[in-house]
Amino acid sequence: MSTAQVAVTTKKDWTSDQEVRWCPGCGDYGILLAVQQLMPELGVAPENTVFVSGIGCSSRFPYYMNTYGMHSIHGRAPAIATGIATARPDLDVWVITGDGDGLSIGGNHLIHALRRNVNINILLFNNRIYGLTKGQYSPTSEVGKVTKSTPVGSVDAPFNPLSVALGAEASFVARTHDLDRKHMQETFRAAHAHNGASFVEIYQNCNVFNDGQFSDITKKTNRENMMIDLVHGEPILFGPDRERGVMQGTDGFLHIVEVADVGLDQILIHDEKNDRPSLAFALARLNDDDHSPTPFGVFRNIQRSEYAQAVSDQVVAASERRGPGDLGELLASNGTWTVG
Amino acid sequence: MTDTIERSDTAGNDRVLDHLVVRFAGDSGDGMQLTGDRFTSVSASFGNDLSTLPDFPAEIRAPAGTVNGVSAFQVNIADHEITTPGDEPNVLVAMNPAALKADLHRLEVGGTVIVNEDSFDARDLSKAGYVDSSDEPVNPLEDGTLNGYRVLKVPMTSLTKEVCEPLGVKPRDAERSKNFFALGLVSWMYTRPTEPTEEWIGQKFAKNEQVAAANTAAFRAGFNFGETTEAVGHRYEVRPATLPAGTYTSITGNQALSWGLVAAGQLAKLPITLGSYPITPASDILHELSKHKHFGIRTVQAEDEIAAVGVALGASFAGHLGITTTSGPGVALKSETISLAVAIELPLLIIDIQRGGPSTGLPTKTEASDLNIALYGRHGESPLPVVASKSPADCFHAAIEAARIALKYRTPVILLSDGYLANGSEPWKLPDVDSLPDISVPFATGTNHVDDDGNEEFWPYLRDPETLARPWAIPGTPGLMHRVGGLEKADGTGNIDYTPQNHERMTELREAKVAAVTADIPPTEVEGDVDADVLVLGWGSTWAAIDAAVQRRRRVGVKVAKAHIAHLSPLPPDLGDLLRRYRKVIVPELNRGQLAHLLRGTYLIDIISVSKIQGLPFKSREIEAAIDAAIESLGADSEGGAS
Ligand code: SF4
Repeated sequence: MSTAQVAVTTKKDWTSDQEVRWCPGCGDYGILLAVQQLMPELGVAPENTVFVSGIGCSSRFPYYMNTYGMHSIHGRAPAIATGIATARPDLDVWVITGDGDGLSIGGNHLIHALRRNVNINILLFNNRIYGLTKGQYSPTSEVGKVTKSTPVGSVDAPFNPLSVALGAEASFVARTHDLDRKHMQETFRAAHAHNGASFVEIYQNCNVFNDGQFSDITKKTNRENMMIDLVHGEPILFGPDRERGVMQGTDGFLHIVEVADVGLDQILIHDEKNDRPSLAFALARLNDDDHSPTPFGVFRNIQRSEYAQAVSDQVVAASERRGPGDLGELLASNGTWTVG
Repeated sequence: MTDTIERSDTAGNDRVLDHLVVRFAGDSGDGMQLTGDRFTSVSASFGNDLSTLPDFPAEIRAPAGTVNGVSAFQVNIADHEITTPGDEPNVLVAMNPAALKADLHRLEVGGTVIVNEDSFDARDLSKAGYVDSSDEPVNPLEDGTLNGYRVLKVPMTSLTKEVCEPLGVKPRDAERSKNFFALGLVSWMYTRPTEPTEEWIGQKFAKNEQVAAANTAAFRAGFNFGETTEAVGHRYEVRPATLPAGTYTSITGNQALSWGLVAAGQLAKLPITLGSYPITPASDILHELSKHKHFGIRTVQAEDEIAAVGVALGASFAGHLGITTTSGPGVALKSETISLAVAIELPLLIIDIQRGGPSTGLPTKTEASDLNIALYGRHGESPLPVVASKSPADCFHAAIEAARIALKYRTPVILLSDGYLANGSEPWKLPDVDSLPDISVPFATGTNHVDDDGNEEFWPYLRDPETLARPWAIPGTPGLMHRVGGLEKADGTGNIDYTPQNHERMTELREAKVAAVTADIPPTEVEGDVDADVLVLGWGSTWAAIDAAVQRRRRVGVKVAKAHIAHLSPLPPDLGDLLRRYRKVIVPELNRGQLAHLLRGTYLIDIISVSKIQGLPFKSREIEAAIDAAIESLGADSEGGAS
């Protein structure tokens, strides 16, 4: 992903001629706009960029980007993107997925892409519902969710996407939401800058089948009290006057406290570079519903060996050691004998 | 040796055989595959034609000494061209009672049994199930079981221990060399050169001198045992075959297939990305390709079969030759992604090394029952080309052919091999590398259409009029950015299009594209009698048994012809006319008649389906019987008069 000599682009260069077909008012529009606006700032060219998606409302995304793209099959985008990135580490590869696509049918590919640390940026639009199939509960829906397939309420416990990602050894994990374009762009920018698999959960409103799921947190008037901004190297504070914060108790767990009660020096300093994922995991589990203060921003951002480059390095090393492949030599490598 | 011609031109004391089938059988831990491999290599470099059949136990960790734990290796060596590992072994080497129990029934009547006498104790006899009604062990070496066979009882374990003792090898370790004793003995009996094996032992065990010394000592002891023990009798010889002039190597199907893939990458001037998930009997291809990174080959061991084909398809989208290797259960899992490849019209190679099914079935045994899934195993109308290899060495060319079709027509292609070809080996006359075809295709580099306003644009589904292939524009190419996907799209622009006429048109186009492959299929070759009434038509690994059967029937004056097809989809354009030229068409298959059904449906010709579904290749004798029956029914037909 060399940033050298990339022609200056504008949002228009990144926008395809296809008509956008999400429901009016869908949170996906905001995410698309955020990405289309951001791309010219990233110093990459549309022809070196690939968007890959699976199936679901969010997965229509690649059609709207004027880049290379593949609208693939349900759940498989991380696997296909792994193939693209491994074949071509020079490309900028993005995966667009949702809570059903990424965490249900495609869960296996998601965790293994994260484990391998393939250099792809995974944006998971979490609306806690199946939208495209018209409203069934998803693996991130809360217990008791009443939907078409669960008329008296769902009984199975949901995934916490960030916990899944951290458990899968993800090296970059972040959360943002569809109502704050600037926050999305800062998060996507950081995800893009990260070398390795980046996982971004986006709280996305499905106004048709699950309207207002995140309103208690993301509505403008609620944000100050409910969104906890994570800033690397800074104490984790929130509230209108930053009067509340996150503290690690003597029990080892994280607690939301009044700063006045404990003193600023007791407030946890956010460290996204910490090699051990335990604190990031604890932060990811700070809220257990959509009605309590919830951390946003980058939870984890560490460097470790990136898969596609490592595979490529082995190919280069083999070529240097053995010279370019010689077919005649290969065919004779079992030993030969001559007749006549 | 009832089925072996004893050539009378004896040289010295040695008697000359035209061919010899030896089966080495023992416990999985006895090193039978290694022993068989060595015998094969020595015979190959000696100049015999040969064919091998490794027979692995179904369970990797079956209890030692039991019939389930028996591992065998059968090799046919000959002084003339042969294609099969032989119907029935002439010689069975049984390292323990279980091996005798498992394999005695395969031996030809009057054949030679060489047993490791030391292993025929009460314990091993019981484990092998040689017991009477009150569960007391019964020794088959003494109870008449072996009447009618020539039996050599050799205390291999104790003789091996004896020669290893002065080397300071502990008896337990020495025991492990007994397979080399067996190899030495068989090498003497059939006049195999000893130097290559001794040299090989030195190299293979270079890191452990004591093991090398023990194996060499055991090998020599076995050889000397043959020379000095009267009971062993005459030495026999199988002279070199007069194979066509050239440079030869010995190769298994999986290795040939791997090398064919390497070659395909070179001939296409493309890097290769293999996505694969370990599965028997295909894993060797993943192993082999992983060794050849300097050819620009990337291998990804994926998290599952679905991811493996996803990786391959992603790589194809990015401009590599994307390949995935698997066996039947894996093909089932990849099905949805293969349909995506049909829809987005990108090159993709799916290699299916077939094994016995359904489900886990017989993972280590061969079968050719994935033809239907290859042809039809996808949702919607998803035709794709299917190619099959016919012999271990042919896997090389079949891989290149499959890649050629995939690239030229931008389509997924399924290549069928099977467990028998995968692990079987034969001498291969190496092709001249420069004579291999150029299979490269150009990437799209510029726009290909002008819109109504005179603007140049790129249409990802604007087809080549001849091949109907769409342009392959890879990421990194300025100005050609485009999106592909599983939704139905309009021809030309590639934009999503659900209109009824468009879907029908696209369905027909995808079908016509696969049909266009017929333009490259050479005329089907027919061998045998021009005036025959009976044709044996084969596909895949039945080639060997068919070839042997037709040759043998013709040797005794039976009129019969044979043909073999490598392209199962589309079928060769001349096939219908060809089949109609014969009164009877026999199609032997290691399945329940999958090609036979296809041919009946396609050409409205009656087909005699000969089915075998035992996890084993055909014996040529089984096909000979089918030929005879067909000929007999001809007589019956004409007696009944025209109807
Ligand atoms: S169903 Fe929901 S998620 Fe899907 S497009 Fe409509 S609003 Fe958006």
